[in-house]
Amino acid sequence: MQKYTATIVLFAFIALLVVLAQFSILDRYYVSVLMFMGVNVILASSLNLVNGYMGEFSCGHGGFMCVGAYVSSLCTVLMFSKNQILGAPLLPPQFAFIGFPLALMAGSAAAAIAGLVVAVPSFKTRGDYLAIITLAANYIVISAINNMEIIGGPRGFMGMSATERAMQDMLNIPWVLIFVLLGTVFTVWILRRFVSSTLGKGVPAICQDEIAAEIMSVDTNRMKLIAFMLSSGLAGLAGGLYAQVLGYVNPQSFDIMRSTEVMVMVYLGGMGSLSGAALAAILFTVLMEALRFLDVWKWVVIPLLLILLMQFRPEGLMGNKELSDLFPKLRKYYSFK
Amino acid sequence: MSLLEINGLTRRFGGLIAVNDFNIELGEHELVALIGPNGAGKTTVFNLISGFYQPSEGYIRLKGKDTKGLRPHQVTALGVARTFQGIRLWGEMHVLDNIRIAQHYRLGYSLLDCFLRTKNYTLREKAIDDIAWELLEAMDLKDCAYELPRNLPYGVQRRVEIARAMSVKPSLLLLDEPAAGLNSADVEGLIKLVRWIYDNYPVTIWMIEHQMKVVMSLCSRIKVVDFGTTIADGSPEEIQKNHTVIKAYLGDDTI
Amino acid sequence: MEIFQHILNALQFGSFYALIALGYTLVYGVLRLINFAHGDIFMVGAYLAYFIAVTLLGIGGLNLGMHIDPALALAITVPVTMILTALVGVTLERTAYRPLRRKGADRLYVVITALMAGLVLENGNLALLGASRKRFPDMIDKVVWNLGGGVSVTNLKVIVIVAAIGVFMLLQFIVTRTKIGMAMRGISYDKFAIPLMGIPLDTIIVVTFVLGSGMAGLAGILFAMSYPILEPYMGALIGWKAFIAAVVGGIGDIRGAIVGGFMLGFIEIGVVAVFPSTLRDLFAFSVLLIILWLKPTGIYGVAQTTKI
Repeated sequence: MQKYTATIVLFAFIALLVVLAQFSILDRYYVSVLMFMGVNVILASSLNLVNGYMGEFSCGHGGFMCVGAYVSSLCTVLMFSKNQILGAPLLPPQFAFIGFPLALMAGSAAAAIAGLVVAVPSFKTRGDYLAIITLAANYIVISAINNMEIIGGPRGFMGMSATERAMQDMLNIPWVLIFVLLGTVFTVWILRRFVSSTLGKGVPAICQDEIAAEIMSVDTNRMKLIAFMLSSGLAGLAGGLYAQVLGYVNPQSFDIMRSTEVMVMVYLGGMGSLSGAALAAILFTVLMEALRFLDVWKWVVIPLLLILLMQFRPEGLMGNKELSDLFPKLRKYYSFK
Repeated sequence: MSLLEINGLTRRFGGLIAVNDFNIELGEHELVALIGPNGAGKTTVFNLISGFYQPSEGYIRLKGKDTKGLRPHQVTALGVARTFQGIRLWGEMHVLDNIRIAQHYRLGYSLLDCFLRTKNYTLREKAIDDIAWELLEAMDLKDCAYELPRNLPYGVQRRVEIARAMSVKPSLLLLDEPAAGLNSADVEGLIKLVRWIYDNYPVTIWMIEHQMKVVMSLCSRIKVVDFGTTIADGSPEEIQKNHTVIKAYLGDDTI
Repeated sequence: MEIFQHILNALQFGSFYALIALGYTLVYGVLRLINFAHGDIFMVGAYLAYFIAVTLLGIGGLNLGMHIDPALALAITVPVTMILTALVGVTLERTAYRPLRRKGADRLYVVITALMAGLVLENGNLALLGASRKRFPDMIDKVVWNLGGGVSVTNLKVIVIVAAIGVFMLLQFIVTRTKIGMAMRGISYDKFAIPLMGIPLDTIIVVTFVLGSGMAGLAGILFAMSYPILEPYMGALIGWKAFIAAVVGGIGDIRGAIVGGFMLGFIEIGVVAVFPSTLRDLFAFSVLLIILWLKPTGIYGVAQTTKI
C-alpha cells in the first residue's frame, strides 16, 4: 500500500487543484498559469528525451508543437464549432468530452509523423547537422502555415473555445484544466516508464557511445525513431492543449523563440534528468510570470541567466540525477522503479 | 557448416589495402588467436565481421549466413559479440545497466508492453536482470554492479566489458587486445577468465593479442597477418619456429 | 533579358549571405563552434553604422554638431564600423566563450551560450532603442547604369558584389599564405600541435573573431545602405539562413561560405521570380535541406571518419 502513496498524493493534489478552480477559490489568472505550467512540463520533458537523454541538439521543438496545435484545433473546430470556412459543427456538443481527447491524439499523431521526418536524417548525422535540420524544419512548418490562407495564414484561427463551452454545458467543471493536468501526468508517466526500462536505456547508450551501442545489439535507428517520435508526439500534445487554453492558434507562437524557450527549460533542468526538466519547466513558468513587469527586458534577463548558468552550473538544476537519486527515501513511496 | 567462414576478404580504403585476401574457418568451441605487427589489419578484420565496414571483396559467413549488408546490431543478433581495443563501456551508466543493455536484441517485449508494464514486460525484464546478475556473479563483479565504470580499476573495467559481451550469449566472442594496458596480475586474471569462459560456455573465442604469454597459454591455433596479408597459420609450436613470422616481428637479423 | 536583372539581384543578395556566412565558417573551422550570435553581430554592425553615420552627418546620434560631407562620412563610417563590430565579436569571445574553453566545457555549453548571447543582443536592442525602426541615411548618390534590354544596375549593387568577392580573395590569401591563416586551418585538425609551433591559441581565436565579426560589420553597413530600414530582429532570419548556406557550402571552408551564400541568393531570387514572395523562405529552407540530405557534409565539406 505504501508503494502507491505517491500516486495517491498526486491525484489528490490534482483533485484539489480542480476543486479550487471550480469554486473560483483560485482565480482565473492562477488557473491559466497552472495550465501553462502543465504545457511547459510536457514540452520540456519531451525535448529532454532527445536533447538530454539522447544528447542530440534539436532546435525545432516549436515546429512539432505547432503541428499538434493546428491538427487538434482543426479537429475540434470541425467537430464542435461553427466556422466560416469549415461550416457547421459535425458532432453534437455532448460528445465534446470524448471528441477533445481524440482530437488531441490526432494532433499528437500528426506531430509524431513530423518527428519521423526529422528522425530519418538523424540516422546518419549528429550534432550540428541535426541542429540545422530541426531549425530549418521549424521554419518550414511556420512558413508553410503562413501561406495557407484557408486556415488563417499568419493570423491563425479561433473557435476552440466552442469545444470548452460544449463540455461545460454538459457538466460545469474546469475541463481544460483537468485535461492539461492529466496530459502532464500522462507525459511524465510515459516518459518515466520508457527511460527506466532496458529498452529505453538504449537511448543514453547511443548518447554515450553510439558505435558501442550498435555493436552491442542496440538497433540504433529504431531507437532514434522511437525517441524522436515520442518526443515530437508529446510536443504535439502540448500544442493541442495550449491551443485549447488560449482559444486560438497562430503560427508565430511556435517559432524559434518558442523552441528556444523549451531549450532553456531543458538545459536549466539538467540534461538527462526527467525530474529536472519538469522542475525547470515549473520554475521557468513562474519566472516568466514574475518577470512580467520587465516587459521586453524579460528576454534580456532570461538569456543572461542561462549564460551565467552555463558558466557556473552547466549541468543545470539536477545534472543527470533524478529526484529519487537525491532523496532515496522517496523510493519507498512509489511503485515504478 | 562451420561457425565462421571468411573467404577472400579484402578491404581497401582508397589506395590503402588494409586487409588482403583474408581466409579463415572457425568451428564451434575453439580458442584462436590473430597476431601481427601494429597496423597489420587485425582490428579491421574484426570490424568487417562486426559489420562496421563492408568488404571490398570476399565474403563473411556466420553459421552459413552471409553477413553482407547487415547492420552491426543484426550481426550481433546472429551470435557475435566483441570487446574493443580501448574499453568502450557506457560511462554514465552503472555496470549492471552496461550488461543489461547488451541483451537489447532479445528484449522480448514491445514498446506498448513497456508503457503498460504488462506481465510480459515484467517477466522479460526479470529474465534480463537474472542473466545479468548471473554473469556478474560468475565473473566476480557483483560488488561493483552499481558502480560507474570510471570509478573502477582498468583491469576490472576490462572484465566488465567481457561480461557485457557475454551477455549477448554469443557463439563467437571477439576479443580485441584484451590484455592491453593490464598489469601482470591482471593479465594472469585475464588468462584465467578466458579459460574459464571457454570451459563453461559453448563459445568460440577469437582474440587479437600482442602479449605472447596470453596467446601461447590459451590458444590452440594462431593466425599471423602482416600488411593485411596472412603470413602464417598453425599451432603455437609451428608459429614460434616460423621464419617469416620472426622476420615480421623482429626484423631481418635472424636470431 | 529579365534574367540578367535577376542574376544581378541574386549576386547582390547572395553577397550579404556570403559575407555573413564567412563569419560562421571561420569560427566553426577554428573552434567547431556554431556562433549562433553571429547574425546578431551583423545587426549590431548595421546599427553601429547607423549611429556613426548620423552623428557624422549631424542629423542624430551623438549630436556632436558635425556636418561632414556624406562621401567623407561614408569613408570614415565603413572602417570604424568594421573595427567596432570586430570589437563586439572579440568581447563576446573573451567574456562568454573563453572562460568555458578554459574550463574545457563541453562544446554544447558554448553553443547554448552563443544562442543566448544572440537573444541578449536582439532584445537588448529592442529594450534600449525601442521598437521604432531606424532609417539609415543616404550617403552616396545613386548612380544607375542602364545596360540595355531593360537591365539596370546601381553603383551600390556593384559595390556590394565587389566587396564580397574582394573579402573572399583577401581571406583566401590570409588563410593560405600567412602564418596566422595557416595556423587557423591547422587548429581545426589538431588543437594542441599549433601552440607547440609558437603561436598562442588565444591569438588565433581572437584573429578569427576579428575577421569574422569585421566581415559581419561590413555586411551590416552595406545592407543598411541597400535596405535602409533597420530593426532589432533583422539579424535573426538572415543569420540563420546564412548559417545554413555556410553548411550547405561545407562549413569550415571559406569557398563553401561564398558558394553557399551566393547559391542561397540565387535560390531566393529564383523562387520569388516564379512564385509568390511569401513562399520564398519556405523554398529556400527546403532546397537547402534537400542539398544537405544529398550531400550531408556540404559542397566543399570533407566527411569525417570515425575509427574504432
